[in-house]
Amino acid sequence: MTERHQDGSALDSSALDGNALAGPLAEIFRVDVTAALGRCTACGLDGPLASLLVYGRAPGPLVARCPGCEAVVLRLVRGPEEAWLDLTGTRCLRIPLGD
Amino acid sequence: MAAGWRVARLAGVHDETATARTLVLDVPGWPGHLAGQHVDLQLTAEDGYQAQRSYSLSAPARGDRIELTVQRVPDGEVSPYLTEVLTIGDPIEVRGPVGGWFVWRPADPAPVLLIAGGAGIVPLMAMVRTRRAEGSRTPFRLLYSLRTPADLYYAEELRRPPAGDAGADVTLLHTRSGPPGSSRIPARLNAEDVERHGWPPEFEPACYVCGPTGFVEAAADILTKLGHDPRRVRTERFGAGGG
Repeated sequence: MTERHQDGSALDSSALDGNALAGPLAEIFRVDVTAALGRCTACGLDGPLASLLVYGRAPGPLVARCPGCEAVVLRLVRGPEEAWLDLTGTRCLRIPLGD
Repeated sequence: MAAGWRVARLAGVHDETATARTLVLDVPGWPGHLAGQHVDLQLTAEDGYQAQRSYSLSAPARGDRIELTVQRVPDGEVSPYLTEVLTIGDPIEVRGPVGGWFVWRPADPAPVLLIAGGAGIVPLMAMVRTRRAEGSRTPFRLLYSLRTPADLYYAEELRRPPAGDAGADVTLLHTRSGPPGSSRIPARLNAEDVERHGWPPEFEPACYVCGPTGFVEAAADILTKLGHDPRRVRTERFGAGGG
């Protein structure tokens, strides 16, 4: 599926925004993890999970890539009974605990 | 965080443009939300196939009642159903509110700069409406880039702002054709627009940019080049709501 952005240029509609991880990750974590600052294992870029490029559509498998180097930072697969979360590409997460 | 799915019912609709519709949903037990948060909606077909999409909330909650605006994506899996088929009283599954990154809290004293591209206005409108509902006097500036006057969401409120919106300045920036008598030549958002109608970086505004991917990247780049601290620039690409 190809979407067109308002000025007519093509947009890769397969990439979503890391903000879209909030719902699927809320099934697993009690705090919002999209506001957490993560560090990419591959390039060291720091940024909120909300800024990742997300491929796939929930409830199917989701792959989130670093906006800097496009390495895989996070993978989430949700089965009927359990979820698998692969954070190999994330060196660490700094999670705000306010609110 | 509310992780479970709730069954909401469609309580009202309002067409914003020829292709965008605001849905008013009653969600029993809605816990309230922050401006900028979104919900996930889920459709389940008779054969069990499920599709989920994220949509930004467009207004503060009123009790159990929430509002979101859906842009119809031709050939989309979910948005044509939501904008053309779903009728008053119909059930729909809702998860949320979710998202803690792209949010504005009225207690934050920093001036606010909102930059919207097309349907990216939705979560930013929630911020403007929350400011009004809370009686906040935080200075806001909204730059809203849109194709033509017919593409304007929330037209009544943005053209004739209610009294509570004093101090929230709205600039409409058309990319294809402007209203009669407009002096700006239709064009994509550029640095001059942001410099003229936004806040200077020395004011250290909280910047929120929402729109299609290319628009968001261009606007964030302009802000950084004008001297805004990238850490004060929060972005949301509405690819998340498409389909």
